[in-house]
Amino acid sequence: MVESASAEATREFLMPSLGADMEEGTILAWRIAPGSRVSRGDIVAEVETEKAEMEVEIFDEGVVARILVEVGQKVAVGTPLALIVSRSPAASRPATPQTAAPTPPTPEPRPRPAAVEAKPAPPPVAPALTRERKRVTPLARRIAEELGVNAEALRGTGPSGAITADDVRAAAGAAQQPALAPAPAPDREASRQRVIAALMERSKREIPHYYLGASLDFSPALAWLEARNRSRPVSERVLPAALLLRAVALAVRAAPEINGHYQDGAFHASPALHLGVAIALRGGGLIAPAILDASEKSLDELMRSLRDLGARARAGKLRASEMSSSTLTVTNLGDNAVDFVQAVIYPPQVAIVGFGTPALRPWLDREGGLCARTIVQATLAADHRVSNGHRGAVFLKAIERALLAPERLA
Amino acid sequence: MTKDAARALLEEIFGRFAPEVDFGAIDAAADLREQLDIDSLDFLNALIAVHERTGVDVPESDYAQVATLDAAAEYLAARTG
Repeated sequence: MVESASAEATREFLMPSLGADMEEGTILAWRIAPGSRVSRGDIVAEVETEKAEMEVEIFDEGVVARILVEVGQKVAVGTPLALIVSRSPAASRPATPQTAAPTPPTPEPRPRPAAVEAKPAPPPVAPALTRERKRVTPLARRIAEELGVNAEALRGTGPSGAITADDVRAAAGAAQQPALAPAPAPDREASRQRVIAALMERSKREIPHYYLGASLDFSPALAWLEARNRSRPVSERVLPAALLLRAVALAVRAAPEINGHYQDGAFHASPALHLGVAIALRGGGLIAPAILDASEKSLDELMRSLRDLGARARAGKLRASEMSSSTLTVTNLGDNAVDFVQAVIYPPQVAIVGFGTPALRPWLDREGGLCARTIVQATLAADHRVSNGHRGAVFLKAIERALLAPERLA
Repeated sequence: MTKDAARALLEEIFGRFAPEVDFGAIDAAADLREQLDIDSLDFLNALIAVHERTGVDVPESDYAQVATLDAAAEYLAARTG
């Protein structure tokens, strides 16, 4: 069945998963309307999850035929949000083959997300999934533990038959309570903290962390940076934090086994480095959006990305691709007067790099002479299912090498 | 720019990074970053805004002279004439 190259194809634009912990999202605003032309990378909607508000990009080209989900509606990950009519047949996910008219497409052989009205019986779980352990979302797993429900025994109504928090609550009889009006909107900070809690619990439950640390002489790199900044206007100055990101990006080449995801019982190394940066939000909350393709960026580009990410994180303007794609995370507590941080890995990532606050310390130079140096403690927490201490040490050593030759960091 | 005007401008700019802070209640002679709980990235962004608004570019070597609200207002007033 070959479609002619000029045939129109209708595709569904789906609620994306903006992180391993996301089950559903609320449309805050549409940036498109029927008739809008979209191309790959365009921001088409603003979505709120339990964790953050963010901007969602589209990865199709075409014309918007119909908006399926209105502003204010909360829907599960995988729910069709809009229909896009495209002339190019080579694309992500055809909706209804051979159907040009923007009618609501027949669902693919997967269960409809829970948010949509009840169907007589959910279709069977996709065959591909029956071979594997049932997918239970992290939130659902946590709630199941709290309520004493065997989550694996349930029938999932989430995308691809995943068992969601709602399935667990329903099974626990929580749904027997009279259907109340929607609960008062939980405090956003509390809700964000619950998301972090679920993710960190999962991390500590599933990931056998090992920890390494090294005290690094930061003085040569700082002196180099200071001299470089001196001739620049304030808007082009680079912070030590960006220098450390650059050193990490270079060091990853020496230890590719800390960059990627551990999923379905196996490690998948990532060819690209999407470097998550932990950002503390004002009034509490933590978010770790990614600098995409960080290893392709120069020091100045990394600094620009860092500034941009920080500003948008606080304004709730992060993009979906930034929230879901980190392959390695850095947490920098350089402003907090702590010596070091032993961080918790963000699943499904397999490592997190930490930096403490650079501080003036007594040090011995190569000849054994006592001197004062600015020392920064670099730490690595990594997944022992994937790498071991020796490889982790190679990575930290590579960071040290990078910092001792700062002119190569530009 | 008078020192009062400089202080008002600084409060407006830094207030963007610390929206919940009541500038009337902070100690103008104590470390500004600490009192506002802002990091080096926010601080840099605030100085970029100061540069855009006043043309005054604070070099890194002068950061010690703009560490408190009082000192920063004085610094700015002196350089804007």
